[in-house]
Amino acid sequence: MTQPLVQVENLKMHFPIKGGILGKTVGSVKAVDGISFSIKKGETLGLVGESGCGKSTTGRMILRLLEPSDGTIYFEGRDITKLSTNEMRKTRSEMQMVFQDPFASLNPRHTIGKILEEPLIVHGVKDRQGRKQRVQELLEVVGLSSYHASRYPHQFSGGQRQRIGIARALAINPKLIIADEPVSALDVSIQSQVLNLLQDLQKEYGLTYLFIAHDLGVVRHISDRVGVMYLGQLVEISESEDLYRNPLHPYTQALLSAVPIPDVTYKQERVILQGDVPSPVNPPKGCPFHTRCPKAMEQCSNIRPELKELEQGHHVACHLYD
Amino acid sequence: MEYPMIEVKDLQTSFRTDTGEIPVVNSVSFHLEPGEVLGIVGESGCGKSVTSLSIMGLVPTNTGKVQGKIQFKGENLATASEARMRKIRGNEIAMIFQEPMTSLNPLFTIGEQLTESLRIHRKWNKKQARARAIEMMKLVGLGRAEALMDEYPHQLSGGMRQRVMIAMAMICEPELLIADEPTTALDVTIQAQILELMKKLNRETNTAIMMITHDLGVVAEMCQRMVVMYAGKIVEEGDVSTVFQSPKHPYTVGLIQSVPDMREKKERLYSIPGQVPKPGSQKLGCQFAPRCTHAMDRCLSEAPPLQPFNNGQKVRCWLYGDGKGADIYDSAISSS
Ligand SMILES: Nc1ncnc2c1ncn2[C@@H]1O[C@H](COP(=O)(O)OP(=O)(O)OP(=O)(O)O)[C@@H](O)[C@H]1O
Ligand SMILES: Nc1ncnc2c1ncn2[C@@H]1O[C@H](COP(=O)(O)OP(=O)(O)OP(=O)(O)O)[C@@H](O)[C@H]1O
Ligand code: SF4
Ligand code: SF4
Ligand SMILES: [Mg+2]
Ligand SMILES: [Mg+2]
Repeated sequence: MTQPLVQVENLKMHFPIKGGILGKTVGSVKAVDGISFSIKKGETLGLVGESGCGKSTTGRMILRLLEPSDGTIYFEGRDITKLSTNEMRKTRSEMQMVFQDPFASLNPRHTIGKILEEPLIVHGVKDRQGRKQRVQELLEVVGLSSYHASRYPHQFSGGQRQRIGIARALAINPKLIIADEPVSALDVSIQSQVLNLLQDLQKEYGLTYLFIAHDLGVVRHISDRVGVMYLGQLVEISESEDLYRNPLHPYTQALLSAVPIPDVTYKQERVILQGDVPSPVNPPKGCPFHTRCPKAMEQCSNIRPELKELEQGHHVACHLYD
Repeated sequence: MEYPMIEVKDLQTSFRTDTGEIPVVNSVSFHLEPGEVLGIVGESGCGKSVTSLSIMGLVPTNTGKVQGKIQFKGENLATASEARMRKIRGNEIAMIFQEPMTSLNPLFTIGEQLTESLRIHRKWNKKQARARAIEMMKLVGLGRAEALMDEYPHQLSGGMRQRVMIAMAMICEPELLIADEPTTALDVTIQAQILELMKKLNRETNTAIMMITHDLGVVAEMCQRMVVMYAGKIVEEGDVSTVFQSPKHPYTVGLIQSVPDMREKKERLYSIPGQVPKPGSQKLGCQFAPRCTHAMDRCLSEAPPLQPFNNGQKVRCWLYGDGKGADIYDSAISSS
């Protein structure tokens, strides 16, 4: 078997909660609570789950924008949680992030040319002419024109700004792109332009994507495999087609059944869940989903189910399959 | 004489800006019958929210101008006094706003805000109103309803605030509920819960709903009729089943094809080239022409009218001037 590009093992992020006048740690937000998965080279892994389940935190830990509380992250077989700052800088150039709102991360006082040139400078591309040429190239790759280089972010539409965000991520030929809700803020017609662009770039440059989103239609469209998170845990992961055709975890089943389908002839059997997602400060004992699960059994409130491979490549964490 | 419950006729709402007065809603007409659910879709900035603010009498009067007729049970709201509108808002017509924080008052508890309309409009006593408010909060899936009554908006998460808004809008059982992207900020499992509740309200109290959304799935699920807006104008209107199965306007066709369907994976998504024009930037012809693959000479010089078809569908497009091009959707799907 070939080595995965990324492999995370038992990854955890517990944010401390400070309280009292002394600022002592009084508890923690268990944003990510022991997840393991891998991403093969050239594939797209989609990550879905409800607001606050830990998707962005997972992405940020892989880039080491956040220091994990526990666990290991292998990038091309190397444990990057142990790298020095200097070594990490090199590795980080191989991974880039695309954000939901690129506007917030584009300096409004810099031209697009300058914004795209910056990562080249940071990563030591010395030749000025070469940098200019690369900027032109990048603009073309994402479907913009070279005259856009002299413009400022506010002169672009949402879809164009997202293209600029993608161009910036591509500047230094990364291997992995972590796209955190890259099309959520865009209109449907613009959204499909950006999704098509991401797919074209993947084919052309053999990119690997971790694609974080809450839109299950978008995720199915773009992903080879999909992981479903709930309250800081990975509850199911499998080939995308498998997951959508045959969801095994009760949460995945509820999630998929809740999506309104744009087809008037289609009648959906819906699982309506009761109650709210519990707080990650006080996650329930046992299965994290047991407080809302329509199929919960006695052991569910005591024993945390392990993620197990049930069918070829289809992993699920649920006592129904013990 | 029978009126529709609400009839909007030639609504024109414009804003004064540095570059002059710009119409953002342009001769928009539609109507709703009691108990009907009408969907309004269209891209960001096409005028959906401004249309609903115009109905509610909430367009800022210093920069905005609302013209046309908004007949509500026979009364023209466009010319109604602010005092009259205050009686109607939250009582006969209620609205769920796109931004919950702008419409909850940070200085009052959730309970005070939820019971206000019952006490003012319905003259209920404190105890009755409180009981009803708690019941309503439980209906929108807010578990700790009793405790939440005494909390302030900032103590709630975004999703919880949105649900308080929804409870507040539904509590008086309005005749018309305007829901502006009511579930966009919510997770899908919560969205499913809220949509179910809105259906129930519609069924049990015959509340008509104007459902503004960008989610075609929500329209397919909730609405009987729909209106598609583009750059301030209605470009297509009809029964939801008709519009979904045989959309006629090239924009509607593109929109329906652009949505990734969760049930099956397409090799490649359709995408409408270009982007939405800035309001007021294009004066002549069809507003969609710069993005339209069917555009003809005439489209650049003359604005097409909204033409009715026999089945009740209405379309604003020159393709249908002489009955040509009636199958652009079929040829579009067979070629994709
Ligand atoms: N820096 C932080 N300090 C404390 N808690 C945090 C921090 N960052 C995130 N959290 C919490 O961690 C949990 C997971 O957050 P995260 O942003 O990863 O969720 P998400 O799945 O990306 O959600 P969304 O879909 O809303 O973006 C949430 O409860 C969040 O409030
Ligand atoms: N108070 C205002 N002053 C000036 N222009 C305004 C004002 N309110 C809205 N507009 C403009 O009117 C147009 C229509 O806005 P509207 O909010 O109705 O769009 P929308 O269809 O609801 O979009 P979205 O899907 O993003 O909510 C936009 O171009 C907007 O910038
Ligand atoms: S382990 Fe139990 S509570 Fe958890 S999903 Fe499975 S059946 Fe439901
Ligand atoms: S009127 Fe012309 S440009 Fe406008 S939608 Fe129809 S064919 Fe396209
Ligand atoms: Mg996130
Ligand atoms: Mg709006």
